Amino acid sequence: MPHIALEDHLPGITGLLEYSKGTAQPIRDLTQFLLRGPSTLTEAERELIATVVSYGNECTFCTTAHTAAADLLSGESQTAEKVKQDIDTAPVSEKMKALLTIASLTRQSGKSVTPDIVQKAKDAGATDIEIHDTVLIAALFCLYNRYVDGLGTALPADPAYYNILADRLVNHGYTRLPQGYDHLKK
Amino acid sequence: MAYIELNNDLPGIRGLMAYRPETEKALNALAETLLRDDDNTLTRGERELIGAYVSYLNDCFFCQNVHGALAGHYLDCNIDEIDAIKKDFYSADLSSKMKSLLAIAASVQKGGKNVTEGQITAARNTGATDKEIHDAVLIAAAFCMFNRYVDGLGTWAPPDRQFYVNRAPQRAEEGYQSSVYK
Repeated sequence: MPHIALEDHLPGITGLLEYSKGTAQPIRDLTQFLLRGPSTLTEAERELIATVVSYGNECTFCTTAHTAAADLLSGESQTAEKVKQDIDTAPVSEKMKALLTIASLTRQSGKSVTPDIVQKAKDAGATDIEIHDTVLIAALFCLYNRYVDGLGTALPADPAYYNILADRLVNHGYTRLPQGYDHLKK
Repeated sequence: MAYIELNNDLPGIRGLMAYRPETEKALNALAETLLRDDDNTLTRGERELIGAYVSYLNDCFFCQNVHGALAGHYLDCNIDEIDAIKKDFYSADLSSKMKSLLAIAASVQKGGKNVTEGQITAARNTGATDKEIHDAVLIAAAFCMFNRYVDGLGTWAPPDRQFYVNRAPQRAEEGYQSSVYK
């Protein structure tokens, strides 16, 4: 049971974003820009950052949703799984390993990010903007994960919900559906 | 010195916001709505206090001083009184509702799963509404973002705490959406 009254048909973050639309708008705008806006990081790479942070924060809803989005974008399910288990041996570029490590450190605490790991990312070809966006994506998912779990939101009753959600995140993005979410009512 | 070349000398989050205006707008819009919107039964001072407290728990010098000074401005407390609240809010002269919301915020800072049914019940027993509980959780979560953004990119912060106290009245007057260059 969520800690506050949320609509039954909207598990995880969606119920919260519908509960508080005034705060949802900037959160959605920020996410849409960071994960879907113009970037030298692919959408799949940015979803991996969200996945690694959500996994580290043990947020089941966000981890499952962003794993599904990363899988759908990359067309395979190995990379997200391996990145969650061990960044260093995962099948991603050296630059992505450094950026995912920065994301993991940001998750622990902003103060855990060191000049050395930032230099490692730069040596692997990461730009300042990529480093900036990685830290801000990681920080944003520290917000999301705490919001979702701190208010005790429900998990979807049917795991197939995540496939529908991933399809929406890939083909529509993070902005609110123009028609709302009433079609999800059973 | 920040870990990336910001091409400006602004401190804390302001340097990051000037560097990346594409994300500045949404970040300030969130702060403006969450901390200042008048359609809210928590005062601006109470909301700033939650932000300052979470920033203190995250050991973010810039944010805890900016928002501690703003809380002090609204609540008519000096810097020592704000420090005393951060160190031990249970002993402070605050409503039982605010104490229960600060306890929830402290749990959110550790991780969302740390919020207990008992904390929610305690907050309700002091009269906290769903929206107040929601806002306390989201303010705490938002500062877990802001603090990580500020420290994760190694931004600098003016060491003199009076700097933040001096700026608070202007920020309270103008709000967050003009906060970058002023």
